[in-house]
Amino acid sequence: MNFNISEEQAMIKDSVARFVTDDYSFDKRNKNVAMEAGFNPANWQTFAELGWLSIPFPEALGGFGGSVVDTMVIMEEFGKGLVAEPYVATVLLFGGLLTHSGEGELQQQLIAKIIDGSLQGSFAYLERQSRFELSDVKSSAVSKGENYLLNGEKTVVFNGSAAEKIIISARTSGGQYDENGISLFIVDADTDGLSRTDYRLMDGQRVANITLNNVAVSKSQLIGELHQGFSLIQSVVAETTRAICAEAVGIMQKLTETTVEYSKAREQFGTAIGKFQALQHRMVDMFIAGEQTRSLLYRAVCSANANSDDSEKDLLALKVMVGRAGTLIGGEAIQLHGGMGMTDELDVGHYVKRLMMINTTFGDADYNQARFSKLLTR
Amino acid sequence: MDTNFSPEDLAFRDQVRTFFQDEFTAELAARIGTPTSHRVAIVEWQKNLAKKGWIAPNWPVEHGGTGWSITQDYLFERERAAAGVPDVVPFGLKMVGQVIIAFGSDTQKQQFLPRIYNSDDWWCQGYSEPGAGSDLAALKTRAERHGDDYIVNGAKIWTTYAQYADWIFCLVRTDPTSKKQSGISFLLIDMKTPGITVNKIDSIDENHTLNEVVFDNVRVPVANRIGEENKGWTYAKVLLAHERTAIAEIAKSGHYLADLKAIAKEEISGGKALIEDTLIQQRFANIEIELMALEFTELRVLSSFAEGKGPGPESSLLKIKGTEVQQAIQQLRMDLAGYYSGVVTGELSNEQIGHAFGDRARREFMYGRAATIYGGSNEVQKNITAKAVLGL
Repeated sequence: MNFNISEEQAMIKDSVARFVTDDYSFDKRNKNVAMEAGFNPANWQTFAELGWLSIPFPEALGGFGGSVVDTMVIMEEFGKGLVAEPYVATVLLFGGLLTHSGEGELQQQLIAKIIDGSLQGSFAYLERQSRFELSDVKSSAVSKGENYLLNGEKTVVFNGSAAEKIIISARTSGGQYDENGISLFIVDADTDGLSRTDYRLMDGQRVANITLNNVAVSKSQLIGELHQGFSLIQSVVAETTRAICAEAVGIMQKLTETTVEYSKAREQFGTAIGKFQALQHRMVDMFIAGEQTRSLLYRAVCSANANSDDSEKDLLALKVMVGRAGTLIGGEAIQLHGGMGMTDELDVGHYVKRLMMINTTFGDADYNQARFSKLLTR
Repeated sequence: MDTNFSPEDLAFRDQVRTFFQDEFTAELAARIGTPTSHRVAIVEWQKNLAKKGWIAPNWPVEHGGTGWSITQDYLFERERAAAGVPDVVPFGLKMVGQVIIAFGSDTQKQQFLPRIYNSDDWWCQGYSEPGAGSDLAALKTRAERHGDDYIVNGAKIWTTYAQYADWIFCLVRTDPTSKKQSGISFLLIDMKTPGITVNKIDSIDENHTLNEVVFDNVRVPVANRIGEENKGWTYAKVLLAHERTAIAEIAKSGHYLADLKAIAKEEISGGKALIEDTLIQQRFANIEIELMALEFTELRVLSSFAEGKGPGPESSLLKIKGTEVQQAIQQLRMDLAGYYSGVVTGELSNEQIGHAFGDRARREFMYGRAATIYGGSNEVQKNITAKAVLGL
């Protein structure tokens, strides 16, 4: 039993932390976010050069062969720096689906391009009506000769505006809510019949709604088994959920530290406001919430690493607490900064918005608590 | 990063599990649970543990400790809680024993440690006073030096199980001129000494645990002082940190929550098991998620101990969150019992009343109020955390 990271992981952690300190000041971050893609492509090349884009991919596919812990370490540091580059969308979601779908030529080729930083990808899973249900898929893929014809609409597609290739979930059989009958297709963003409407989320990332109008894809563009895409989605969403929870833990720590420091410097009534017991206890509550979330992160990471039967339950608990603790910590961080907490110029509000987006991503605290509760009656 | 146990650790766990299964019988548990037989039964059990050599795992091996690794300690505690075995009475084995080992003279070690180890003496703790609760250093009980003795005058309060005790360890003021923490000494006092009166305090949980201990010109040999005069606070402080982590009782909460799940599957409301009720489910989920986090917070603390580091920032939250979870569980047991949580069973049996756990639910709930108060109230814990961890 130990909760230490390895020497190699410590090096990764230091290298990300150094990048954040040296090259990712809040000002620079805002400039990156303001760019057309919603991030800075030059940073993406830096990530490639530093090897970060290869970390989660297996060695057989040219990757670093990193574990769940490696991804956790990177994401936590990304969280502290509020890094906007689309590691989640391109590496974890898009790359994760490729990794889990086999080790064929397609996977080899595309993952090599992700690793060298030359390919931006995306996973389009959400639809207007589907809320948090990953199996609620109306978009259809109908076989026609050598091709499938894709029709429907995908919404809030992460990195959907910059992605050159998009993996799309579409129904090949079954009813709208069935887990069975969902298939995954990889599509070039400039394919005929595919149109995008770009917009931003509150955390600054650029996303897109994607309309599919008789988009013709060949059978070689099917990712994984026909009708069996859902289990692939589940695995990759679970991995990515753990990763964004690690990001959230980094953000929580940063927000708590920032708030404590502010309370030491800000004086009212002739003394630092951090001397007031009413505020001290609220900051202790923030600290406790952050540490409890970190404990659940370690729990989920350990059980995933050990392939334990508890990994589903542990992940649900983690996601619930990320939502609840995030709401508490975010709210308190703004409150304790007083009027300054309301300003866009301060980084606090931006960290809070990212926490709020993480809560919503892959199901919020209420949704996942309902799933957690179902395990009780088993 | 992993939580794997070695084959040796797992073998150890099985050995502990078997021991508890074989030795901690339902008959013994019942006697421990009954107020009139509690003292005799718990001493009997502790003597059995001492015979096995497992009564004081954390003591140095020369005094009877086990020399277990942190992992073995953890596994032992987990198995103990899972088997429903009560923790040892802490005052002798976990508190004054540790102080005597760390700061006592050789004579004191020889005199007291074997009798603590074998549960021959029942100890109680004389810290709090009517005017010194969370602000413990405000204590006023006075010890004046007269030759080879101190003359002690004053009162201690909330003294758990003073009515059973053979000995009490006390913080007393030996220098009234110096302020607060300095001027306090640590005395071991024989409860049979003339001038000591134990007054029962009736408490809301209907059990007799609390007492007031009054000292009226009580003569205590200077030889019964631990360490130096006026340095008692330093010795007592060591215990406070330990007390905080022990109070969390995380493994026990896990055991109790599993218990409540079984109850919620059996209790019927409107023809359906309570566990089917979505609000009840949310109550369980909220508690269980906090507890799952707390289990790992505890493991993080243990592993930092195992590496020879002090408790990290995460240890200060164990007491706060641990006791909050205990109280949430107690509240849930009350609510699952419905009307019967209010029935005072008294001399009647559960069968006569018609309900199995209502009386227990209320007693645990009422006694449980104390957990966020003792060992330094949770609000004081937050003050400590703000200062020591956040640097405020």
